[in-house]
Amino acid sequence: MKGFYALLAAVAVVGGGLFWYGSRAKPAPAPRPPAAAPPLAAGDAFHGFTLGPDTAPLEVTEYSDFECPFCASFATVQMPVIREQLIAPGKVRWRYRDFPLPSHRWSRLASQAAQCAGEQRKFWEFHDQLFSRHQWAQADRNPRSEFRDFGKAVGLDLEKYDACVDGQRYTPRILASLQEGEALGVGGTPTFFVNGKRFEGRPTSDAFKALADSLTKAVKTRK
Amino acid sequence: MRRRQAIVLLALVGLLVSLYLWLYKIGVIGTLQCGTGGCEYVQASRYAELLGIPVAFFGVAGYGVLFVAGLVGLQPAFAGDRRVGVALAGLASAGFAFTLYLTSIELFVLHAICRWCVASAVIITAIWGLAVTGLARRR
Repeated sequence: MKGFYALLAAVAVVGGGLFWYGSRAKPAPAPRPPAAAPPLAAGDAFHGFTLGPDTAPLEVTEYSDFECPFCASFATVQMPVIREQLIAPGKVRWRYRDFPLPSHRWSRLASQAAQCAGEQRKFWEFHDQLFSRHQWAQADRNPRSEFRDFGKAVGLDLEKYDACVDGQRYTPRILASLQEGEALGVGGTPTFFVNGKRFEGRPTSDAFKALADSLTKAVKTRK
Repeated sequence: MRRRQAIVLLALVGLLVSLYLWLYKIGVIGTLQCGTGGCEYVQASRYAELLGIPVAFFGVAGYGVLFVAGLVGLQPAFAGDRRVGVALAGLASAGFAFTLYLTSIELFVLHAICRWCVASAVIITAIWGLAVTGLARRR
């Protein structure tokens, strides 16, 4: 029995030692240039990049993952029509929320890169690059250099972009978006909410157009 | 007796695992050694708290109680006491049920696996198996 208690003590001491080491060891330093701005707080009240006027009768919130093939398909097939027929005429306001799925290896990096592009007011341009040149999601390698090329293509200041991505400035914001989605019951991507209500139909430009039209009619009838 | 010793040892390891996750959750440990990235995701999700208390703390408390109960059961005065076996089986069953719930959240809601949570699930399953079969053998 003494041997057993000695074993317990050894396990406890080894475990305690690892905790002590873990609490003292600093996380691997992220390459952060001295000029980089401090990380944002999770609650920076940011609620996603938007397209369209805030007076639009319909607001669609999209929870999306840049690595997700269905999201890419939606962004390249349906979204151009939605932009042209619904967003441009002011019928719909579109809101993009990050929901990087853990099963996707590079989603968070893509979200980070897009947020950094957004810092330079190029979110949507970068968003389009990520989805229309989606080969990076199929290749089994770090897409960092491809993302940098996208940044170059949309005219980003690459020095600022690199500093932003390396500093992982927007991790809290991305996590906050993810948690917000989870709280709303988002389980996969893309998931849409129309004026705060979950959209259950097939996400096509026609479906959103029908919704926008019916809402516009209802508003006119009330007037 | 060997069975209770195994329960005590497993409960101690489980206690250390849940203590690690709890210390991370309250900010004492900066990063989780995970490897998959799933740990951070699971720990940052809303399911990592229950009634405002970190889930890992329930693990610390549960394994702590199992550890103490197991140690009591090893004392000569309680070695043949069926009440200790019942208490161990009851506690282990509650822990096992809670782990089933948490694992199903990981698999079907979050679609992410935290390796430390899997380690804890394996430990509580082993404790549950030992406690329940131990109880059955003493009948």
